Amino acid sequence: MDDDRGSYRAGLRVGLAFVVPTFALALTFGALARTEGWGLVAPVAASLLMFSGSAQFALVTVLAGGGVAWAAVAAAGLINLRFLPMAVAAGPSMRGGRLRRVIEAQAVVDGSWVAAHRGGGRFDLKLMIAATLVQWPAWVLGTLAGVLTAPPDDLVHTLGLDVLFPAFFLVLLMDELRRSRWAKVAALGGALIAAGMLLVAPAGVALLAGSVAALIGLALPPDARPDVAPEHAP
Amino acid sequence: MTATVLWLCIGLTAIVSFAIKGVGPALLGRRELPASARAVVALLAPVMLAALVVTHLMGQRWANVDLTVVAGLVAAAAARLLRGSLLVAVACAVAATALLRLVS
Repeated sequence: MDDDRGSYRAGLRVGLAFVVPTFALALTFGALARTEGWGLVAPVAASLLMFSGSAQFALVTVLAGGGVAWAAVAAAGLINLRFLPMAVAAGPSMRGGRLRRVIEAQAVVDGSWVAAHRGGGRFDLKLMIAATLVQWPAWVLGTLAGVLTAPPDDLVHTLGLDVLFPAFFLVLLMDELRRSRWAKVAALGGALIAAGMLLVAPAGVALLAGSVAALIGLALPPDARPDVAPEHAP
Repeated sequence: MTATVLWLCIGLTAIVSFAIKGVGPALLGRRELPASARAVVALLAPVMLAALVVTHLMGQRWANVDLTVVAGLVAAAAARLLRGSLLVAVACAVAATALLRLVS
C-alpha cells in the first residue's frame, strides 16, 4: 500500500513538472486551431479525446494545408504509431482484464512512459497513470485558454516557452544515458535517423523512424543487454 | 472544410489513437516479452527521447533551428550536470532562451 502511495506521489511530481510546458503547448494549439477556423468547441474536444500534441498539430496542419480528411487522420495516426510498441512494452506491468488494460494503456504518453520505465521492460504503472492524469487537464485547459484568448504567436517565443519540451526531454535523456553504453549508441542512432528523416518527412514519421535505432537491442549478447533502472529526479 | 469533416477527423483520430495504445495490451495481456525484446524496450526510451529532442529542436526540413533554443538546452544540460533538479534545469533553459531573445 505504501509502495502504491509512493508511486502515485512520484507520478504526481512527474506530472506537475510537465504541467507548465503542457499548458503552454496546448495554448498554442488552441490559438492555432481557432485561427484555422475550428471554432471554440472542436479544439477543446480534440484535446479531451486525443490528448496528443503531435497528432493534433499534424491534424490542424494537414487540414489547414488543404489536405483531405483521410490524409489528415492518417498523418495523425502515423505520428501516434510510436505508442504501439510503448504500450506493448508496458503491457506486462498492467493488471486486470482486457478492458482495464486497454484503459490503462491510454496513460501512455511520452513523458509519463519514460518516467515510469524501471528498466528491463518493467514499468511503474501507477506512476505513469498519475503523471498522465495530472497532464491531461492541463492540456485541455491550456487548449481552452488558447481558444479563448488567442494569444499572439510570438508570446510563447518571447517568453522562451518553446524550449520547455525539448529541455524536459533532454534532461530525461541525460538520465537515461547513464544506464549503459548501448543506450548512448542507440540514442545517437535515433537522433541521427530522426534528423535525417526530418528533411523529407513530418516530425511524427521522423520520430517513428528514429525509434528503429532501438532494434540494436536484438543484436546484443545477453550480458550486454541494458537492464538497469533509470533514476529520474523531477 | 465543413464542420462535419472537422468533427469526423477529430472522432476518427481519437479512435485510431485509442486503438493504437490499447491493441497491444489487449491482445498480449501480461505475457512477458522475450529477453531480446526487453532489450529493445530498454533502448526505446533513450532513442525516443533523443529523437524527440531533435524533432523539437529542428522541425520539419530543419526549419525550426534556433540558436537561442540551443543555448537554452546547453543551459539545461549544464544545470543538470551540476546536479540541479529537473525543474531547475528546465527553468535555466527558459531563462537563457528568453534572455538571449531579449538582448538580440
